Parts: sequence; structure tokens; C-alpha cells
Amino acid sequence: MNLKKFNIENKKIKNLIPQAITIAALISVIIYFATNAQINMGNRGIAFGFGFLNQEASFDITFSLIDYDGSYSYGRAFLVGLLNTILVSVIGIFFATIIGVVIGVSRLSENYLIAKVAEWYVEIFRNIPLILQIFFWYFAALRALPLPENAINFNDISYLTIKGWYVPKFIWTNFDIFFYSIMLAIISIYFINNYATKQREQLGKQLPTFTLSFLTLIIFPLITFLFFGVSLTFDYPFLKQLSPTVYTFDGGVSIIPELIALAVALSMYTATFIAENVRAGILGVSKGQKEAAASIGLNKNQILKLVVMPQALRIIIPPTTNQYLNLTKNSSLAAAIAYPDIVLVFAGTALMQTGRAIEIISITMLTYLTLSISISIFMNWYNKKMAIKEK
Amino acid sequence: MELISKPNKQNLKTYLPIGTFFIFLGLLDVTLNAFAGIDISGFLPSKISYFFPIIIGFIGFYLIRVEFSGLRNLDILNKNINSNNFNAFLTLLTLYILIKSIPPLLNWFILDANFVGTSKDDCTGEGACWVFIKVWFNRFMYGLYPDPEQWRINVAFITLFALVGVTFFVSQKLKKYFILFLIFVYPIIAIKLISGGEFGLKYVETAAWGGLSLTFIISAFAIIFCFPIGVFLALGRRSNLPAIKYISIGFIELWRGVPLITVLFMSAVMFPMFLPDGTFIDKLIRVLIAITLFEAAYMAEVVRGGLQALPKGQYEAARSLGMGYWKMNVLIILPQALKLVIPGIANTLLALVKDTPLIFVVGLMELAGMIGLAKTNPKWLGMAMEGYVFAGLVFWIICYAMSRYSQRLEKRLSTER
Repeated sequence: MNLKKFNIENKKIKNLIPQAITIAALISVIIYFATNAQINMGNRGIAFGFGFLNQEASFDITFSLIDYDGSYSYGRAFLVGLLNTILVSVIGIFFATIIGVVIGVSRLSENYLIAKVAEWYVEIFRNIPLILQIFFWYFAALRALPLPENAINFNDISYLTIKGWYVPKFIWTNFDIFFYSIMLAIISIYFINNYATKQREQLGKQLPTFTLSFLTLIIFPLITFLFFGVSLTFDYPFLKQLSPTVYTFDGGVSIIPELIALAVALSMYTATFIAENVRAGILGVSKGQKEAAASIGLNKNQILKLVVMPQALRIIIPPTTNQYLNLTKNSSLAAAIAYPDIVLVFAGTALMQTGRAIEIISITMLTYLTLSISISIFMNWYNKKMAIKEK
Repeated sequence: MELISKPNKQNLKTYLPIGTFFIFLGLLDVTLNAFAGIDISGFLPSKISYFFPIIIGFIGFYLIRVEFSGLRNLDILNKNINSNNFNAFLTLLTLYILIKSIPPLLNWFILDANFVGTSKDDCTGEGACWVFIKVWFNRFMYGLYPDPEQWRINVAFITLFALVGVTFFVSQKLKKYFILFLIFVYPIIAIKLISGGEFGLKYVETAAWGGLSLTFIISAFAIIFCFPIGVFLALGRRSNLPAIKYISIGFIELWRGVPLITVLFMSAVMFPMFLPDGTFIDKLIRVLIAITLFEAAYMAEVVRGGLQALPKGQYEAARSLGMGYWKMNVLIILPQALKLVIPGIANTLLALVKDTPLIFVVGLMELAGMIGLAKTNPKWLGMAMEGYVFAGLVFWIICYAMSRYSQRLEKRLSTER
């Protein structure tokens, strides 16, 4: 009896020792770093704190989605950087998804040529470092574009030049009404789909859901244009002569080359990984599923929509979200070509000016960390919800 | 009546030659157009002439699309690139774009490119100026490493490749010692050789290291260090001891949640603040630590995947033989788990190699960084395209070879069937 008790206690102690050592080591490292940091900051006469966020930043940012100039605070500059990061990530995710799905499906095409071309797309763009691709687009490809006076002209609507891509600016009146109408349309589509499902399950009637939803999405905003005073005009870019030899474009919106290069490189690079996910997902649905669906009389579209896609998506979505996250993190490479994202604006310029390395790097890392962790929490929840419930 | 009926087995004899002729005509038109600038469909309106090859090829493909024609080659062709109208169109469009894009690429890369000369003025052709690469080649490979000392890098790498080559051929028993030597002893010898300062070798500071050799040095060291750390973290994350488990989770998620560039920034500007005043750790070592810890977190997640995929029976069997924790993991669990995740490990190592150019943020210049330096040289402005195409090609060859090798390894180690 005594021996058994001793063994159990022995085991407990055996478990406790490594944990205690690890925690002690961790704490001592932290204390060591903290004391050093305190001494170092004391020597340089800086006190740890985040008060600097309210100070005037006094540097300019080339591209901003919100009002900003040098007179705004460092906090505002942080926000500008964050929004720019989000902007390029959203654009990148949008195009990466489209290219990725097309390439992924093409790799499984019965057409030999298409499958080969898609395979080589993946092999080429996946195996070249992203930073080199960004450099290539920014320093080589986009620099080969013409000067404003010889701009590549798209029907007098938009112009592509070495200084960026000039597109028309949307000028809305009563934009809020238009926005609400879109919201309303989306809500009605939700109810239409619910109703259609009920009809199908109870009465066996098939409603043309897609057509109905599409019409709703068109008609609701159209009504606001006709009756609620919503209108849309465009402010087209036009060529302006600054001096006898220097031309520029005025009006419209200018999409800076940094943004184009970054978005193109990010979406083409990430698309290769998404393509592989899509391919794996479609291959992951067993043939028996399609045959079973065909044998109960579903047609080709129904098989795809009701049997293959739901199962394939379950395989595709988790790794693809991971890729979206990677794309967002990779957008920090923007710093290499001076696109004013959070790393360049905050961890670059703001850090140089204030010298507050610890605060600024911590804030930048925490921002990314918050983004990552919230997405992975969402993914875990989604995976649990979508997992096949086995008996 | 027969001529306008759908293509079938009966009228195959008439349709096949006509269809083949149409496709041939289309291919001829686009090829002549692309390579010789001759437009044989020039008599048509310009827009139709532009798409003439696709239109006529499409008709040709329609005419020869006969199921079970009895001709083996025709059936294979139809099945693979001509199974329906849409597929035929895609085939033609792909061919069209491919053929159209060959001449400009060929011209730029080879025909109009310049290979001889020593300065930018020798680049008179329209194509690429490979003279740029030739002149700067030394810098691209060795960075700012002094010329008379470059043999040291060469010796280090040639010895490495020779040792790796020998390891493949020696007997199983010796192999173990060779691998241990390569991992634990050789890196120290190589670093001593390259950095110098002893044995009568001139000291070369790490700031002068660069180019492709630096890419290799950083990749090699990061790979050697990140692998064991990753394995320990993975085991830690699955440990029963709560303190170790949560510290591992926190560590892994912290690194995985932030971009490498911020980690490098941290190692450059924030890390020195944490050290006693006056201590100085070499920039290269700081970068190496940052990359190693960063990739170790990814490695840990890959290894964890393998650990989770192993059936519980393996653990129980090992326990029932009376094995302790370490014996069980080293002899039973890890060999199987690691084999399962070879593709994942290979992907992580590939990502590591592809991440090395990022060290530009702390001022170290490997291949991509050296190209950035060379293209801003006043004598060589406007050479960005050549430089980045060259760097892309070099990285592509390295990464493609790595991924191919990992696929082979996976097949060879696979114990199924």
C-alpha cells in the first residue's frame, strides 16, 4: 500500500519538476529582458508609454483612404496604415480566389492542354519567392508602362501609365439610400431562399431561386435610382499639362503602382496555393457520391450543387482561409516597395521618428496577432459546425 | 445533303481531311503571323483576321469530332483536347496564346539579347542585357565578400556537396556517422572557414557576406536549428503537463500570427533594447535566430499533424512494452509521424528558403538584395527586368528541385503497399 502511494506521489513530483523549471526559466528570461529594457530606456531618456500616439506625426503618407496629412497624430497614421493593409488584402483575396478556383478547376480539366498549362502556372508561381515577384512587377513590369502623355487609353475612361492607373471616380448622391436598398435586397434574398426550400421540402415544387434572387438584387437598387433621387455620375480623369514637357492626369482616382504591383503579385502567388486546395477538395469527393447522386435521378447541375460542392467545400475552406491569412500577413512585404501599409508607416517611419521600438513593434505585432487569432477562432468554430457528424 | 449532316462514322472520310486542313490552316496562319509577320488572312476585315485561326480551327475541330471513329489516334485526340465545343475553343485559345507569346519571349531572352561586352553600352539589341548578369555575377554569388578570399566560400560549398554525395553511397553503418558529422561538425568548420580570423585566414565581417551563398548559409543553418525546435514544440503542445502545453501553444501561435518581416524588424530594432547596454550580437546571428524561431513554429504545427494522425494503438503498444516517454517518442512515434508529414516538412523548408530574401529589412543582402543594389548603380540603371528574371530563375530551380526531391522521398519511404 505504502509503495503504491509513494509511486503516485513520486509521479506527481516527477510531473511537477519539469513544469516548475520551464516556468522559472521563462519568468527569469522575461525579468532579465525587462530590467535591461528599463535600464536602456532610462539611459536614452524615454519612458515606456503609449502617449506618443496622440502626438503630431508630421510626416506625409502617399496613399490614404481617410483624411490624413502631417498634422494628424501617430494614432491616425496607424489607422491609415491599417486601412491600407486591409485594402490590399481584400483586393488580393478577391483576385486570388478567382484565379485560384479557375486554375484549380483547370488542373482537373479533361482537356490535356488546359490541365498542363494550369499545372505549369502553379509550378512556376509557387516556386518563386513572393518578394521577387513583387519586385518584378514593381521595378520591371510596371516601370515599362508609358508616361502620362502616351498613356494606354481604355476608351477615354481610364488610363494606365507609369505613375499608376487612373480610373473614374464615382460621385453618388444619396448613397445611403442606395446602400440600404442593397441591404434590403440581400435580406429579401435570404427569405426567398428560405421560402423556396420550404416549398421544395413540403410540396416538392422547384422554384427558380437563382433567377428570383438575381432579379431582386437588380430591381431594388433600380427603384432607388428611379424614385428616391439616387444618382451616380463619374468624374473622368483627364490629361493636364503642368509644363511644356511634364504631363499628369487630373480628376478621377489614381491607383498607385505600388498597390497594383502588390495586389498582382499577392493574388498570383496565393492563387497557386488556393488552386491546390480546390483541386484536392474536388478530388476528395469520392466517385461513388456522384454515381449515387446520378442514380437517384439528379441532373448534372444538381449533382454539382447538392452533392459535390458541399462536400468539396468542407475540404477546401479551412486551408483556403489559412491562405487568406497568409496573404494578409504577406501584404507586409509592401514595405519593400514603399506601399504605405502598417509596417511601412508605423514600424518604419513612425518608429524612426519616435525611437519607441518596443511600443511600436508590439502594437504592430499585436495587430497582426489579433487578426490571426480571431480568424483561427472563427475557423475552429466553422470546422466544428461543418464536420460530418459520424454516428 | 450528306455534306451538311453532323459528323459521324459514315462521312468521316470526307470530314476528316477537310477538318484537318482547316486546323492546319489555322495553325499555319497564327504561326506565320507570330514568327514571320505574314498575315495570310489579311484580305479579311482586321477584326475577323485577328481571330481567323480560332474560327477556322473551331470549324475544323467540329468536323473531326466523331466518337468511336475506329481510328485510334483520332479518338485519343478527341478525348483529350476536343471532347466538346467548349473544350475545342479552350484548346484553340491556349494554342493561340502560346504560339503568339513564343516569339517575343524568344527574342527578348535569346535572339535580340546581348551576351558579349563589359558595360551597359555594349547592350545595343532590343532584348535582354545579359552582360549585366555576367559583370555582376561574382557579386550576385558572393555579395561584398572580398574577391581574393572567395575561394573559401567555394571550398566550403564544394566540400559540403562532396560530403553529401559521399553520404549517399557509403554503407548504412557509416551513413549515420556521416550524417551526424554533416549536421553537428561540418557547419562549425564551414563557418570558421568563411568568417576566418584564425589559422591565418583573413577575418571577413558578416556584413560583407551576401549573394546566393548567404541565401544558402541562412537556409542551411535555419533548417538545422528549426527542425529539432519544431519537434520539441510539437511534443510540448501535446504534452500532459499543463505548463509546458500552454507555453508551447503560446509560443507557436505568437510566431505564426505575425508576418516574418515584423519579426525581423523586432530582431533589428527591438531586441537590442532587451540586452545589457554595450552587448552586441552580430546582425546575421540575430536574423538567424529570428528566422529559426519563426519557421520552428510552422514546423511544430506540421509535426503535430503527424503526431495526431498516428493511431492511438502505437502509443499504447509502446507503453505496454514498458517504454518511457522519450524512448516511446524517439523510437516509435516520431519516425512514423515524421514520415507521414514529409510533404508538410518540405513545404515549410521551401517557405524558409523563399523567405530568406526578406533579410533586406535589416540591411543584409542575399541574391535579391544584391540585385537591388546592382540595379541602382548609376552605370547600370534600367536593368531591373534582367536582374529579377535571373533571380527568379535561380530561386525557381532551387525550389522546384526541392519539391521534386520531397515527392520522391515521400514515394520511397511510403510503406503502404
